[in-house]
Amino acid sequence: MSNIAIIFAIGIGTYLIRLSFIGVVGDRTMPDWALVPLRFVAPAVLAALAAPAVLLDEGSLALAPGTNPRAIAALVALLLAWRTKNVAVVIAAGMLTVWALQAVF
Amino acid sequence: MTQDRSIRSKALGDSVRAFAPLLIAVVPFGLVFGIVAAGSDVGPWLGGATSFIIFAGAAQLATLQLIDAGAAGAVVVATALVINARHFMYSAALAPAFREFPRGARIALPYLLTDQAFALSIVRFGEVEDPVYRRWFFIGAGLSLWVPWQVFTTAGIVLGAQVPDSWSLDFAIPLMFVILLVPTIKGRPELVAALVGAGIAVAAAGAPYGLGLIIGATSGVVAGVIAQRVAR
Repeated sequence: MSNIAIIFAIGIGTYLIRLSFIGVVGDRTMPDWALVPLRFVAPAVLAALAAPAVLLDEGSLALAPGTNPRAIAALVALLLAWRTKNVAVVIAAGMLTVWALQAVF
Repeated sequence: MTQDRSIRSKALGDSVRAFAPLLIAVVPFGLVFGIVAAGSDVGPWLGGATSFIIFAGAAQLATLQLIDAGAAGAVVVATALVINARHFMYSAALAPAFREFPRGARIALPYLLTDQAFALSIVRFGEVEDPVYRRWFFIGAGLSLWVPWQVFTTAGIVLGAQVPDSWSLDFAIPLMFVILLVPTIKGRPELVAALVGAGIAVAAAGAPYGLGLIIGATSGVVAGVIAQRVAR
């Protein structure tokens, strides 16, 4: 599949998801068996996106601070994100931490 | 008609004002995405066009990340659609209000549906019942994100072409995911979903065709459902 085809397929699919219940005529509501799992899509997906990028170094687990500045910087970002909703602050702190650690190690 | 027009300008003004505080998050997110797109294998033009074609930040980032990692096309599409599956929920919640809208609006406006437009609209729809007001409030909230998203992802692409690799700007991607993740942890079942999703995604990172992410995410969803059952 070419990159253009991939991106258009995602665009059309995303639109159809957004349209789904709005486009349906009548009073159909969402059944519980579908509603409950959807609550967990966002936390599960976002954690699954972030963790490998932070914890893996060329395919293997890297947890020691000296070998993986990204894990520490991500932890700093996680704690900060808990305290503040300011995206710019969290990104700046995370990037500065990673640069500082890369300079030290 | 004049009455409709004054309702329209009131609704648009209200939605833009309600959106203003959220703009602070859109600017860095858009810039980061643009910088990432500039360095991606898909190239700056197609990478930038995702803001128009897909118009969903987390899915756009994941799409470029997976393509750059060499994942199979079908897996990239499936993963992005799983990320956007939360819009089923938004669509279902907004459907009763949209039923009062003209047909053209019901077909066109879902394109503008985002986390932010949903969050603002569902609150306001609880307070105001007038369908004309509701329609223009949604349009205003939707465009309040759409316009700056296009502007700042484009700005990021222009900037990104000049940023050297040694700045580790690719690290901004997982940072962005962390920032989006934190507010979704509303209780213990969500925490379980996130921890299991993260753990399995790391363990399955070597899976063929780039399937690791979707395996991790699905495991996390199942774990969340089980955790909620156990808690009850």
